[in-house]
Amino acid sequence: MLRLEDLQVAMDASALKVDLALPPGRRVALLGPSGAGKSTLLDAIAGFRVATQGRILWQGRDLTQSRPDARPVSILFQDSNLFPHLTLARNLCLALHPDGRRPDDEANARIEGALRRVGLEGMADRKPGTLSGGQQGRAALARVLLMARPVILLDEPFAALGPALKREMLDLVREVGESLAALVVMVTHDPRDAAGWAQDVVFVAEGVAHPPVPTDRFFGDPPQAFRDYIGEIG
Amino acid sequence: MAARALAVSAALALAFLTLGPVAVVLARAGGFATLGPGDWQAVRFTLWQALLSASFSVVLAVPVAKALARRRFVGRALLVTLLGAPFILPVIVAVMGLIAVFGQAGLVNAGLTALGLPTIDIYGVHGVVLAHVFFNLPLAVRMLFSAWQAVPAEHFRLAASLGLGVQAQWRVIDGPLMVRVLPGAFTVIFVICLTSFAVALTLGGGPRATTVELAIYQAMRFEFDLGRAAALAVLQLALALAAGLVALRVSGQSGFGAGRDREVPRWDGQGALPRLWDGAWILLAALFLLVPLLTAVMRGVPGLLLLGPDTLRAAGHSLMVALGSTALCMAWALPLASRRGELLALPAIAISPLVLGTGLFLIVRPFMNPFDMALPVTGLVNALMALPFALRILRPEAETVVRDYGRLRTTLRMTPLAWLRLVWLPRLRRPMGFAAGLTAALAMGDLGVIALFADPDRTTLPLQVYRLMGSYQMEAAAGAALLLLMLSLSLFWLFDRGGRVNAAT
Repeated sequence: MLRLEDLQVAMDASALKVDLALPPGRRVALLGPSGAGKSTLLDAIAGFRVATQGRILWQGRDLTQSRPDARPVSILFQDSNLFPHLTLARNLCLALHPDGRRPDDEANARIEGALRRVGLEGMADRKPGTLSGGQQGRAALARVLLMARPVILLDEPFAALGPALKREMLDLVREVGESLAALVVMVTHDPRDAAGWAQDVVFVAEGVAHPPVPTDRFFGDPPQAFRDYIGEIG
Repeated sequence: MAARALAVSAALALAFLTLGPVAVVLARAGGFATLGPGDWQAVRFTLWQALLSASFSVVLAVPVAKALARRRFVGRALLVTLLGAPFILPVIVAVMGLIAVFGQAGLVNAGLTALGLPTIDIYGVHGVVLAHVFFNLPLAVRMLFSAWQAVPAEHFRLAASLGLGVQAQWRVIDGPLMVRVLPGAFTVIFVICLTSFAVALTLGGGPRATTVELAIYQAMRFEFDLGRAAALAVLQLALALAAGLVALRVSGQSGFGAGRDREVPRWDGQGALPRLWDGAWILLAALFLLVPLLTAVMRGVPGLLLLGPDTLRAAGHSLMVALGSTALCMAWALPLASRRGELLALPAIAISPLVLGTGLFLIVRPFMNPFDMALPVTGLVNALMALPFALRILRPEAETVVRDYGRLRTTLRMTPLAWLRLVWLPRLRRPMGFAAGLTAALAMGDLGVIALFADPDRTTLPLQVYRLMGSYQMEAAAGAALLLLMLSLSLFWLFDRGGRVNAAT
């Protein structure tokens, strides 16, 4: 379980309040208007922001004071997920060897395997700049595969892609999450992403992250704040 | 944490090496009673020549920059690039060129004589101001030019569609721009001219054209009066710090002018007269910059055959000093590439090489013969002098790398060494190459602190050129100057190019 107990995180002008628990292996969408604190919550879980109050627990272990690099978390940012001057092989190898050494035969085999899983077979020697946006997203997911951490956080990394490509990437995220049996938490402001992909929805609005609700129940009977957000009529 | 420790030790070394010599100078200064009327005359001359130099540079820069900003012509981009060249041009080479054009037997005097007019003399206040304008007019032009380039194109479109006349456009666009940029340009150039030693050494001198820096040099080299040299150094320090503080307040954001060559369509000044006017200014500025340089090159070619063993040895020393300075400056700049580090290095602009040199001389003397330390001290002082410029180039890029990839680094759990080797250095290659090129060229061409320390066995190439000039071996001096110019430009080119080839994109 990822438990966020009575958590408070400072935002620019206000604070985000969170009290919820997310079970391992689930796919969770953090949904809400921009500026509501979705990315703030993700940063708090990843350790890039310090909680002013409350605790963060993973499988009973207290992470609240842990440094970002000591948390069982891999994260994909909105951009800059790959070093543009390094080949995919060197980029991915950092997941296996954070000391930056060159990949040996074993590492190369694992890197090639991960690239095959995401549909980038034979592209290990390419640099990110020579790939399309979708391919870059795939490469970043291949690295998440290699990092093999039990919590995967996604901060709208596919926001710049078109609808069809984005759906492909979400499918791939599901595959990656399932093969690692990882808890996947994704920030999105698009209800369609959440509806098609997530098992649970955490709605974030007006300084509160609400406890997770199964996706079909959430969209079957949306809370008033969500109706206001999408401007639904009746 | 290791990075932080490195930054702190770099900062401490910097503070120790700038404040240490200053403290020694302050302690040794024998009070102002040792200063005679000649020294106060030197203070007056220093301020006067800086005032004249800064005024001429700034006033002349206005029509040149305006013309450059609103005209399109073949070679414009090249001219804009050339405006950056004086920064890496060895002072002694430019002085040789200026003497060849404006000196006793120069082109201008030849013309005046042919017309039956009286000749001009380059030595004294005219020469000092002329050389300072030669170096700083391009700087002022670049600052103004980039300010004009930064004016949004919509402002000029609006002016054109409103049909604003010359005076109206002046009031709306050009006037406010001048008010914003000129005071900063003036004070920066004023500070540079306060602390420039080589120009005063070569073109000044005598009771009427001695700067404080030159007086320090004379007190140390000719009178061996260290107390008086220290007192003069305190004076110089006070002058430069006061002017530097004013410059810092006034210049603020204006910077050194990046010299970008953006195309801003303009609709003003389309008449024949404005075209002629702008063309004349561009031509004059180009001639003023290029003729002395080309003359120095042409006179130097035959002199290359006269390069003696002393000159070649001096060239070897200079190369060692330049490379050492560059390595030291980079080792300093990388850990200090932050806002705080840049502020820390700022005093180095106001603490002149001669003041630092005097302090270091006093520190070294009880332990060993200062003349044995001539080359290391020169390398050290040059690294210190180049550091503010190197940081100015590196800091923004270094911050971008951290902003873009700092979080990725953390989530990947990269080790500090991996970060340094795989990300930091590769991402900073271009600015590092440029900064290293500037440092190497500055150190190669510097004629400052070496003059305090040098003996016949340990000269650098710029000092060797000066000595050859002093012994009237003008052809050999011209050859050595050309060698110096080639070495400086090659060093700059090699480092800058090294940063670009196969650089991370």
